[in-house]
Amino acid sequence: MSNTEKWKDINKSREKRPLVQVYKNWKELPPIPISFPIEGSIGSTGDWRIFRPIINQEGCNRCGICWMYCPEGTIKKKEDGSFDIDLQYCKGCGICAKECPTKNIEFKREDDLNGE
Amino acid sequence: MVSDIKKEFLQNKENKIIKGNEAAAYAAKSSRVQVISAYPITPQTTVVEKLSEFVDQGLMPGTQYIKVESEHSVMASMVGASMTGTRTFTATSGQGLFYMNEMLHWVAGTRLPIVMAIASRGPAPPWNIWADFTDVLSQRDTGWITSFCATHQEIYDEILMSYKVCEDHDILLPKFVAYGGFILSHTSKPIIIEEQALVDEYLPPLPDEKGWPHIFIDPERPMMFGNLIMPSGFYYEFRMKIHETMMRAKEKIMIAAKQFERMFGRNYGNGLIQNYKMDDADVAMLIYGDLAFQMEEAVDQVREEGYKIGMVKLRHFRPFPVEEIIEIAKKVQVLGVMDRGTAFGSPTGGPISSEVKTALHNTEKTAKILPMISGLGGREVTIDQQKDQLKILIKMNETGELPKDLLYGTLWHGKLEVK
Ligand code: SF4
Ligand code: SF4
Repeated sequence: MSNTEKWKDINKSREKRPLVQVYKNWKELPPIPISFPIEGSIGSTGDWRIFRPIINQEGCNRCGICWMYCPEGTIKKKEDGSFDIDLQYCKGCGICAKECPTKNIEFKREDDLNGE
Repeated sequence: MVSDIKKEFLQNKENKIIKGNEAAAYAAKSSRVQVISAYPITPQTTVVEKLSEFVDQGLMPGTQYIKVESEHSVMASMVGASMTGTRTFTATSGQGLFYMNEMLHWVAGTRLPIVMAIASRGPAPPWNIWADFTDVLSQRDTGWITSFCATHQEIYDEILMSYKVCEDHDILLPKFVAYGGFILSHTSKPIIIEEQALVDEYLPPLPDEKGWPHIFIDPERPMMFGNLIMPSGFYYEFRMKIHETMMRAKEKIMIAAKQFERMFGRNYGNGLIQNYKMDDADVAMLIYGDLAFQMEEAVDQVREEGYKIGMVKLRHFRPFPVEEIIEIAKKVQVLGVMDRGTAFGSPTGGPISSEVKTALHNTEKTAKILPMISGLGGREVTIDQQKDQLKILIKMNETGELPKDLLYGTLWHGKLEVK
């Protein structure tokens, strides 16, 4: 398969697309780098966090604003309509806490949580 | 020759007496470009005026014409359009090109085959809108293939050849097609507009709905591009690939020129350079853009006086035709290199003469090089001045001495002198 054909495949079909492409040297590379949306493609961004957002489930009215605003897509909607934050990828930007209209997301220093 | 062209010209009712800028617009139309985004700037304005007229009159069915607020946005929108898999075209000049600079790097780095006509003008300040190739030459390291046109017909022809080279799946690089502002952009000449069926046959098919092989924007198949690459990643290697591709493009340029000649009957040398009366020449001038066209006449007139002089028209600056220039420099005794553009503080002060010297640095027994500059900012260069320039080279060959009045080794010809 020529290189051009190979890129075409990689580019176009979800099925044939390898999750991770391995290149041995510069000659094998496609013309440009591209990546496909997979969970955690840039690593465990939770490592960056200084502050942790904590949803107070009691006061939450399930409006979904935090879920919509989170730039990392780390807030997950659960079956019962409540929301959960995936702490492996939550980078602690605080946007959710700022946007929550009912002020039900607390933003706490990780140090103060003693690794809970 | 002349009467052949005349006959051919009269045969096709599509042929026109038009300005250089309109030739660029007709070339975009013949190439069936799908997206045009442009911002007017003198002396390019009439390219985009003509194109908007075509789109308005329904002569370019399906073509989108995007109106934007600046040149930076022109190139940004071209990037978006090209990434969805469309044939794209735009045009600019001088300051507009400088304003685009960031996006120019983006285009080459994304390997998008965008073609842009440039009606070259002198950079400001002081303000200048006339022929000077400093604008396009100062974009040297953006990764765009760069070519010059010497005639009106060449503008039309070169744009067709550009799509052929740039859209080749082994190349995928953008290209500048530059010609002197006003001298070509605003003067009229008979131009052969080729039949659509023939152009369609010559050009690669328009990209299908699946886009280019390496990139394709489609919400159904999300992908991320222009990613951040850490120093330990392949950034270095991707840059290397652009250079390697640019060098390989030489061959594709030559093939495109050959096929063009076969199809349309017009010869442009090997595509990279075009020789004029070089067979028996022992002195030669390397020159590019519109000055080259008039120089043919000057060469003829000096030859009538019995001197064996020739001319080499540089058609491509990037990729630079190193092998061809070595061959010429081995053949002649004196080679003048005429720039209409500046590269301040470079070895010669002229962008092309510096390149020529670099190309020859490892070759022994080559011609003496005389870097020359003329016609900056659209300063008129008459045929008598060009003959004078050729005679300076001839004298240099006869006496073996450099001319006087050089500025750091370069002859700035045609300066104002108030008596
Ligand atoms: S802190 Fe930022 S990253 Fe984490 S859940 Fe809130 S919005 Fe998302
Ligand atoms: S924004 Fe606040 S109230 Fe709305 S779902 Fe998120 S936590 Fe609950």
